[in-house]
Amino acid sequence: MAILVIAEHDNQTLKNVTLNTITAATQIIGDIHVLIAGFNCGNVAEQAAKISGISKVICVDNELYQHQLAENTSELIASLSSDYQHIFAPATSNYKNIMPRVAAKLDVAQISDITKVLSEDTFERPIYAGNAIATVQSLDSVKIITVRTSAFSEVSYSENSVEIITVAALSDSGLSQFVSEHVEKSDRPDLSSAKIIISGGRGLGSSENFVLLEKLADKIGAAVGASRAAVDAGYVPNDKQVGQTGKIVAPQLYIAVGISGAIQHLAGMKDSKKIVAINKDEEAPIFSVADYGLVADLFEVLPILQEQL
Amino acid sequence: MKILVAVKRVIDYNAKVRVKSDQTDVDLANIKMAINPFCEIAVEEAVRLKEAGIATEIIAVSVGPKACQEQIRSALALGADKGIQIETDHISDSLNIAKLLAKVVKSENIDLVIMGKQAIDSDNNQTGQMLAALLNCGQGTFASKLEIKDQKVLVTREIDGGLQTLSLNLPAVITTDLRLNEPRYAALPNIMKAKRKPLEVKTPQDLGVELKQHTKLLKVAEPSKRQGGTMLNSVDELIEKLKSEIQGI
Ligand SMILES: Cc1cc2nc3c(=O)[nH]c(=O)nc-3n(C[C@H](O)[C@H](O)[C@H](O)COP(=O)(O)OP(=O)(O)OC[C@H]3O[C@@H](n4cnc5c(N)ncnc54)[C@H](O)[C@@H]3O)c2cc1C
Ligand SMILES: Nc1ncnc2c1ncn2[C@@H]1O[C@H](COP(=O)(O)O)[C@@H](O)[C@H]1O
Repeated sequence: MAILVIAEHDNQTLKNVTLNTITAATQIIGDIHVLIAGFNCGNVAEQAAKISGISKVICVDNELYQHQLAENTSELIASLSSDYQHIFAPATSNYKNIMPRVAAKLDVAQISDITKVLSEDTFERPIYAGNAIATVQSLDSVKIITVRTSAFSEVSYSENSVEIITVAALSDSGLSQFVSEHVEKSDRPDLSSAKIIISGGRGLGSSENFVLLEKLADKIGAAVGASRAAVDAGYVPNDKQVGQTGKIVAPQLYIAVGISGAIQHLAGMKDSKKIVAINKDEEAPIFSVADYGLVADLFEVLPILQEQL
Repeated sequence: MKILVAVKRVIDYNAKVRVKSDQTDVDLANIKMAINPFCEIAVEEAVRLKEAGIATEIIAVSVGPKACQEQIRSALALGADKGIQIETDHISDSLNIAKLLAKVVKSENIDLVIMGKQAIDSDNNQTGQMLAALLNCGQGTFASKLEIKDQKVLVTREIDGGLQTLSLNLPAVITTDLRLNEPRYAALPNIMKAKRKPLEVKTPQDLGVELKQHTKLLKVAEPSKRQGGTMLNSVDELIEKLKSEIQGI
């Protein structure tokens, strides 16, 4: 039976996390169909049609799905579910919001944030902030899965396009209305796909000081992350939080500056390929996961890095 | 307006987790347990709505063995008015929890449900969304701000890239994010008072819910450990290492 993968996009471009999700789906035997639900999202569907290894794109283009409100989008996904035994989505905040609602409508469980596919019904997922790895078997007829995208590589694009079929929208649930959105526009790489991330913690001391870190990030082409303490203190917006309850990342290089390394933070970055930590406290737990650690005052180190890297 | 808060008993966020040597589960014997931090934020928000004269009653519900009455008492000490423990010998799939909560929402005529976005043990992040689906009502997940206005909830949500504001019809389900509020500590007199607040015990049968097993836990293992690395002696060494790493990327 075919597998449905729900694409992450902003109506203009397909997000790379979709490609990691498809890699997870390819570990189950079956055709892969990709759903694009959005508004004026034709470009996204065309982009998706070029993904290697898929056999069909389903596009639902309607104002109702512009902001992908959970109430309407979950109804749509549930209505398409009868053709599928597996529905995969990336574990982004968008699909963390939507997919459990799909599962409940279908009277099945959701297996959240999988990091490994062991068979068509058995998956690995971290629990307790990554301090234990659970192997979970689904006993349901339809498996609703969200994928920790940092644990899977990206599939590539091909020259050829698969067919795009369009499906009509359903009617508005009327349960919720979009009011407004404040999305930071930035030229920096996205946390979820960046190869280098430089993250700051409470040690930075202020949002003005955080600029030091951002300048360095721009110089080396890195994304900027933060600890919860830095977000709570208002140094940076909430979507920069890396950790158990923020973003889970696994870049090639993660540089932690003025971050102590609480388990909730480690949960979000300890699978990075290389970890570098700068902290003035030699006892800071971040050093226990760092490949390279430097005990130093970040205010002395950052300007030198800015100059010499 | 009546508010239901769902509180889960979980390992204290500071406690160290151990995996059992037979790999059947984690070992929670003699480990400090607490109210899930996100549920604490939910209780605080409900109490603030009551202090603002918007909420009239707060009911705290927990599903689990008798021990979870401790966490219900914590919620009562923080300002909830009544507790309900739904007795189950182990904590089952989120969908079952959501079905039990849905019955309480109906029978108690609840207008607004506030719960955590995520339990820090299972890290599921799904029960609130499931409950909203079962109630066929609106959901405001990962909330960092709530406002009640003209029979609607205006909720600001933490999303990838920033913040989103939605307006939901009541009843609705809200799940809390870290920035919604900073929970207070329970004062000693309130802890004493909480002991006399009503706490009902119900079974899934009482609520007419048949628990179904949707998943099976086959194994719980230790994660692979990271090797500790090298401590560098100078910024120069750091620059050298960073240069070679960045070059390789
Ligand atoms: C339910 C829950 C969920 C959570 N989720 C997350 C999460 O997703 N992500 C997350 O990050 N946290 C999370 N936390 C919070 C976590 O427990 C820690 O409180 C937080 O990570 C600490 O952030 P920090 O390391 O920046 O601050 P601190 O622990 O205060 O550390 C600051 C560090 O900076 C160093 N420092 C200070 N000045 C300098 C200087 N001049 N030069 C060099 N070093 C300096 C200090 O030595 C110290 O090690 C969560 C907590 C709870 C309860
Ligand atoms: N056993 C339970 N009893 C009461 N509330 C629960 C229980 N399990 C989950 N919840 C609620 O659902 C939220 C999200 O949990 P989860 O979906 O398991 O991550 C928690 O913060 C609680 O508010």
